[in-house]
Amino acid sequence: MINTKSLEGSQMLEINFGPQHPSTHGVFRMNVFLEGEKICALKPVMGYLHRNHELIAENLPYAAVMAYTDRLDYFNSMANNFGYALAVEKLADIEAPERAAYLRVIMAELARIVNHLMLIGFLLNDLGAFFTPVLYAFREREKILDIFEEVSGSRMMCNYFRFGGVKRDVSAETLAAIKKIVAGFPAFLEEFEALLTENEILCMRCQNVGVLPADLAVNAGITGPVLRASGVNYDLRKVDAYGLYDRFDFKVPLGKKGDVYDRYYVRVLEMRESLKILEQALAKIPQGDILNKKALPFLKAPRNFKPAVGEAYGRIESPKGELGYYLVSDGTPQPWRYHVRAPSLINLTVLEDMCVGQKVADAIIILGSIDIVLGETDR
Amino acid sequence: MDLSVETVKKELETKVPGLKLRKVRDSLLIEDAKDLTRVASFLKTSPAFRLDYLSSVTGSDYLTYLESVYHLYSIEKKHGPVVLRVRAPKTTVPIPINCSTAAMGAVPATVPQQKIIAGTAKIPSLVPVYRSAELQEREVYDMFGIIFEGHPDLRRIFMWEGFEGYPLRKDYEQEDTEVLEAADIAWLDARHIAVPNELKEKAKELQAAGKRAVARKPEKPRIA
Repeated sequence: MINTKSLEGSQMLEINFGPQHPSTHGVFRMNVFLEGEKICALKPVMGYLHRNHELIAENLPYAAVMAYTDRLDYFNSMANNFGYALAVEKLADIEAPERAAYLRVIMAELARIVNHLMLIGFLLNDLGAFFTPVLYAFREREKILDIFEEVSGSRMMCNYFRFGGVKRDVSAETLAAIKKIVAGFPAFLEEFEALLTENEILCMRCQNVGVLPADLAVNAGITGPVLRASGVNYDLRKVDAYGLYDRFDFKVPLGKKGDVYDRYYVRVLEMRESLKILEQALAKIPQGDILNKKALPFLKAPRNFKPAVGEAYGRIESPKGELGYYLVSDGTPQPWRYHVRAPSLINLTVLEDMCVGQKVADAIIILGSIDIVLGETDR
Repeated sequence: MDLSVETVKKELETKVPGLKLRKVRDSLLIEDAKDLTRVASFLKTSPAFRLDYLSSVTGSDYLTYLESVYHLYSIEKKHGPVVLRVRAPKTTVPIPINCSTAAMGAVPATVPQQKIIAGTAKIPSLVPVYRSAELQEREVYDMFGIIFEGHPDLRRIFMWEGFEGYPLRKDYEQEDTEVLEAADIAWLDARHIAVPNELKEKAKELQAAGKRAVARKPEKPRIA
């Protein structure tokens, strides 16, 4: 664990980062071992927000769990819903109609933009650019949350997806409002990037810090923008082509070095790609049903929904990485086993590897660049 | 390439000698848990499969045995999944205490090194092959009490050290939220909230019997 030889003649200092540290949100702790200002070991400690989401879900009918998935990664309830809906649809063999599938893609991509905006804002906060970038990001995020409120009734806990479709249809006015946001977003990104991307302080703090080699990232099961910043081309939207993602033309941005700066920049580029997907989806969205007829009876009587005995693993590219749901059905209204493969938890596997040898102040931005949400890590 | 259960089974049986495999739903059950590391290393390095990415590790409780499930994908070849499962009977095995100080290196001499926990099962750890199993196996250990042999740092991850029992086991005691206990009735009475007599009598019965309102546990597996 700790190399005691390097400590000869100097004194090792053990400090607790968090749970009260501002960048750990009061729910995450790092046990850091320091030699001077250099980190020689780091152990993440979690569980502060643990409520056994999986046990709760195993005692509820399938449909009731949808509202609980909102609380996993509470910045992206739309993405969480998507993954769960996909897994149950696999299990029960239901498909979403065309219009609903388009609405799902639109909502998932808007959620991705919200997530990346928040991440970049708070990463800059951790760097010491206190709250100015966050407020620029929040200004744009507010517009998207207004859309979420309009379509689902809630800004953050959307609970919008249903098995075989979505909860409510979206009016033409709302679609026009989304179009307006998408059209105006590049201008904001230009402004945001002009302030940040080539900023000297940002470059000095982020470049060559927390480097994650590609082979380690693959072996440790790292997914999402963190994996792609290390130069590994693996995006489930391309690989699995779930939903309708094979119909849209978009690129998968990759980093070169895998340092904090690459992780920041990959996310900026991903927002631009999300805008491309949104433009295409908004242009092509057809009229039609928003719920599969097979799923209709279960909306009012969720306990009648009893998938056949079997199991399914549904996974999506959530903004944080691969979000997977593993379900085992025993033919009763509740799942026999329900498991969430949380990207926020698994991406923490390499936190120590990235931090060892760096300065103590860098641990904060390395943690920030992984992008964890403790609601999902601890479940 | 074709990754159906039958093809993978045939390929594994010819290339890895002495394996016993069985098809369970859409996955391969490895009958002898000790073979797991061999199978995983083969699937990871074999040029036909190159399953270099272990996506998910999770456990399940089927009352008489515990199970660990692995979803493998390939990032290089962009295919998958191959699902592996391993079963271990619930037995009583001694496990080493891994308190947080032990994980940091120094173990106080006063801490006993072995502790008996009822109903634990042993399965070899996949951390030497896939690092991504590190935190996930800790989670399975925490929730199901499966001991992963060879894991570098097996301790509880979400529950605290010293917590007894494994919450996701089917025999874990849960409160029945639909039955009120005497204390709940007193609380409601103090706030002048009307409670049906039926519930009050049930609470009295429970109190007289010295029992708590515990949810019913499944007696036999509805699925295997």
